[in-house]
Amino acid sequence: MVDGMIALETSQLKLAYGERVIIDGLDVEIPKGKITVLIGCNGCGKSTLLRSMARLLKPKTGTILLEGQAISKMATKEIAKQLAILPQGPVAPEGLTVLQLVKQGRFPYQSMLRQWSTEDEELVNKALHATGLDELRDQDVDSLSGGQRQRAWIAMTLAQNPDILLLDEPTTYLDLTHQVEVLDLLFTLNRQENRTILMVLHDLNLACRYADHLIAVKRGAIYAQGSPEDIMTPSLVRDVFQMDCKIISDPIFGTPLLIPHGKGRSVVRKEG
Amino acid sequence: MKIYTHQGKWLALIISIFVLILCMLGSVLLGYTDTSIHTAIQAFSHPTGVFDQLVITEVRLPRALIGAAIGGALAVAGALMQALTRNPMASPDFIGVNAGASFFIVAAMMLFSVTSLEAFLWIGLVGSAVTSLAVYLLGSVGSGGLSPLKITLAGAATAMLFASMTQGLLVLDESALDQVMFWLAGSIEGRKLELLQLVVPYLTIGFLIALFLGKSINVLQMGEDVATGLGQKTWLVKLLGLVSIVLLAGSAVSVAGPISFIGVMVPHIVKGLVGNDYRWLVPFSITIGGIVLVLADLAARFVMMPEEVPVGVMTALIGIPFFLAVARRGVGKA
Repeated sequence: MVDGMIALETSQLKLAYGERVIIDGLDVEIPKGKITVLIGCNGCGKSTLLRSMARLLKPKTGTILLEGQAISKMATKEIAKQLAILPQGPVAPEGLTVLQLVKQGRFPYQSMLRQWSTEDEELVNKALHATGLDELRDQDVDSLSGGQRQRAWIAMTLAQNPDILLLDEPTTYLDLTHQVEVLDLLFTLNRQENRTILMVLHDLNLACRYADHLIAVKRGAIYAQGSPEDIMTPSLVRDVFQMDCKIISDPIFGTPLLIPHGKGRSVVRKEG
Repeated sequence: MKIYTHQGKWLALIISIFVLILCMLGSVLLGYTDTSIHTAIQAFSHPTGVFDQLVITEVRLPRALIGAAIGGALAVAGALMQALTRNPMASPDFIGVNAGASFFIVAAMMLFSVTSLEAFLWIGLVGSAVTSLAVYLLGSVGSGGLSPLKITLAGAATAMLFASMTQGLLVLDESALDQVMFWLAGSIEGRKLELLQLVVPYLTIGFLIALFLGKSINVLQMGEDVATGLGQKTWLVKLLGLVSIVLLAGSAVSVAGPISFIGVMVPHIVKGLVGNDYRWLVPFSITIGGIVLVLADLAARFVMMPEEVPVGVMTALIGIPFFLAVARRGVGKA
């Protein structure tokens, strides 16, 4: 599919909640060092797929390979050193400070024998710095704004020092400013530190702007995948989201920009 | 007054141990029978068997030791439950463990005429294990599996079910009422030291598991998914936590009957002191739980002198205003 290495790969994956099958026989590859975004309507199985790749949901059948190794055969702490997951809408316990939250990211590296080290300290400081939270380290997580809070959680996953970062709707409940703030941070982490990023996003325009690789999921199967420029068409949007739209080129970034049809006011544009 | 530094927390912990010892000394010296320090020392160095000495060695010393141990056990069980259910109001009494263990003990007393202390202990432990399991299973039924909300509801329902079944038994057999009633109100008075000796191994294991779990509980508190993502075997942490709760709450209820409010109140006091870090919360809950119960027991001797109030009534008297204050000010800020 894409040139280069594969970070995550599924083969004949079957996922179900109890008796309800969500995904059956799925093969997908997530390219290494790129930003991949899963899109699709509510309930299509994109979050379920993401959760299974982070071993939060055990597959009924099929395998998931992390850098070529089956995750079912790996120790869970070893997985945590390579892959971090930020679930949807995480809630910090009351009274937890940013520093305490970020420190938890070092959990996979600790054991009865190996306690807090200078390396742990350095990586925590680095994570705080990368997310711009140096000044806020002693504040309670509860007291932060939505965007800051999400950055604090991302800092925790960075303290894990993973090659691969999975995020389930990291921008939900954030206003536009904070959505861009969080996505810019993830973009920097990818471009400067070469971390693979796989996330679920709902805003298609932002997905097109930030994704190197886009995967459109429909009813538990992959409808299309590729670069947003190649695959984002009105027919895809109609088939996957049951919505008509016009697609133009973003005047600033040149990436695909969707304008949904529907009702609304209409004004005559004044030229010049 | 929150303590932030590491050194401050160690210092506070050592101070709390001294305060606990002071409270226990007070419990040995103070009461209806007037005794001096001199009598207390002589009771151990030159025992003669006079009444004053017997009061100290046979009545007050066991009471002080039992109060400290049971208070600590209830507080730690409450702290663990609050983390596992992610419900700041959870405790052995609210989640039904006390009511369940009580029902088993009352049923054994009345239906099978069990009176041996050792038998009570086992029945209490089995009762709290059965109740925990029932709550756990009830909370897991339905879609979405085990959720903190469902566990809380299941616990409240189970607590009410067992409490009404206990009352049903008491209505059937009024003659046994007197004997059972005093135990049901919760008391550490008139308990022999042997009773505490019987539960010491279980309490020790329960405390050790809780102390050992501190760091893992900090991770689990951030939610099942985050904890799993960080590489934690969450089922193992929950299982060990449950074992510790059953051992601690089961031992406590077997020895002292269902003493309410310590389990919910003390963890909140401790959170106010050292925050939500379970590596500190557990040891502080042990000492402060002991202090609160020993003090409540002391107060129980004096409020209606010469009559004594069961300490379970006393903790409720202190607990209810505390509970309201927490509800008003917001959880965790007490």
